[in-house]
Amino acid sequence: MPDPQFLTISQARTLLDRREISAVDLTRAVLDEVERVDGRVRAYTTVTADLALEQARLADERIARGDAGPLTGIPACIKDVICTDGVRTTCSSRMLEEFVPPYDAHVVERLKACGIVMIGKSNMDEFAMGSSTENSAFFATHNPWDLGRVPGGSSGGSAAATAAGECLFALGSDTGGSIRQPAALCGVVGVKPTYGRVSRYGLVAFASSLDQIGPFTRSVRDAALVLDALIGHDDRDSTSVALEAPNLTAALDGSGPDLRGLRAGVPREYLPDNLDPLVRANFLEAIEVIRGLGAEVTFDVSLPSTDAALAVYYVLAPSEASANLARYDGVKYGFGYQQGGSMWENMERTRQLGFGDEVKRRIMIGTYALSAGYYDAFYLKAQKVRTLIRREFDAAFTNCDVLLTPVAPTPAFRLGEKTNDPVAMYFSDVFTIPVNIAGLPGASVPSGFIEVGGKPLPVGLQVIAPTFAEAQMLRVANAYEQATNWHERHPLL
Amino acid sequence: MLHVAKLARIGLTDEDVVKFQGQLSQILEHFDVLNQIDTDGVEPTTHTLPLQGIARPDEPAPSLSQEAAVANAPARQDGYLRVRAVLEE
Repeated sequence: MPDPQFLTISQARTLLDRREISAVDLTRAVLDEVERVDGRVRAYTTVTADLALEQARLADERIARGDAGPLTGIPACIKDVICTDGVRTTCSSRMLEEFVPPYDAHVVERLKACGIVMIGKSNMDEFAMGSSTENSAFFATHNPWDLGRVPGGSSGGSAAATAAGECLFALGSDTGGSIRQPAALCGVVGVKPTYGRVSRYGLVAFASSLDQIGPFTRSVRDAALVLDALIGHDDRDSTSVALEAPNLTAALDGSGPDLRGLRAGVPREYLPDNLDPLVRANFLEAIEVIRGLGAEVTFDVSLPSTDAALAVYYVLAPSEASANLARYDGVKYGFGYQQGGSMWENMERTRQLGFGDEVKRRIMIGTYALSAGYYDAFYLKAQKVRTLIRREFDAAFTNCDVLLTPVAPTPAFRLGEKTNDPVAMYFSDVFTIPVNIAGLPGASVPSGFIEVGGKPLPVGLQVIAPTFAEAQMLRVANAYEQATNWHERHPLL
Repeated sequence: MLHVAKLARIGLTDEDVVKFQGQLSQILEHFDVLNQIDTDGVEPTTHTLPLQGIARPDEPAPSLSQEAAVANAPARQDGYLRVRAVLEE
């Protein structure tokens, strides 16, 4: 058995229910680890130690009463883009540095009802815009596998915390890859559900047609447990679907260890000629494992509009962001510059001082794309290409049950390596973005390590499924995980 | 670009203008790939779900108290949000 802070949720559940460990002791082990390593990893923006211990005490009472659920007493980290009642929620921005939400997000309500323990809120790229967590207005998060490298982004804090034993699971958000990419770079499982599966009520909005909340965990089964708690209709999110609860954990537990009968496809656009050879080699090894489990894998799949997906995303997401971030005007909440001569001057200075560079860039791109004279050429055009991208996935899924791709074009890059080149940074998400554009579910599962500078750096395998086919997606990820056990390795800090 | 910044209500210094101008041009160049794709007769996708016109019954229900709603306001007075004069003489 690993140390308590490195237990999976499933392992912790067994020990908690058998009273071999208390929720309070488990929480203390995690808090001790936070104290031991977070000075170097910097995953957390806010640690809620007293609250966590109080929640742990209540969880222990529940367990004693025989009233525990799968997540009762489990220590978790919540990305700082998700509203937590009474607990500072900053989106890693000066704009919200002192913002205390007066309500819980839907997902937080759900997890509280399950009896989780909230260790704290995690660092991120400001307003979820970025791929390295270097855009945080406060500090960068460091990859636990090599502290000189990024954890990925925008949910870098959540990914790093999960990898480093600073929580047993975390919540993140994914708009263009912000769960899957950091999961791959940190060697943990990260899942973005189908758009509409998890309510966005209380998720600070970045791009409303792309954002989804999802879990970071240390095993695929754990991801199913968390998703089962999060998925479901919520009246307060008009894009939340009303479908029967999928019971992903039961589906996983009921499925065999092999993949006989599965048809998997690898779209050729995801293995470009210029792909890092070590990433390519790792991916092809993963494919061999999948084949070894009995699946039929074809490389004869093409999604021709893949090359346009980055442009589609960088028109649509900033456009939606320019609308969503218009609310930060220094009047209702958040930072508000008061020394200007007029309301408009106050507003302009508020946004000048409150937002970081990447946020400003994206708001301006979006404003431009939506402005009179440019709307048709950019925004409307991007929406039409979006239709084509989705159609191509739908066509691929007539012959394939899942699609398999690398998650990121490289393992974790060095801090500061891409900060001067926004476009180079954007390319980190080239394999994850199309999944958001099409609204499909995608999972990143650890697929091994690539040695760089004498240190092993994690890489991930992406499993993409048709809409609402999370059970199928997780079955494939789980079978692969059980055949490889990469998830049993932890960074040495 | 100054026009865009005005629309977005983001104040920019002269250095900002220089910095952002180059970066934004670079980003906008990448959008060119969209123009090479034939989208004649293709409907735009505004969002990926087959949901339309989701509304709730128009019935009042409990919501945030006024106190909670203005608790985070940078400038408050008597439960109101304070701003500088909106209409300029």
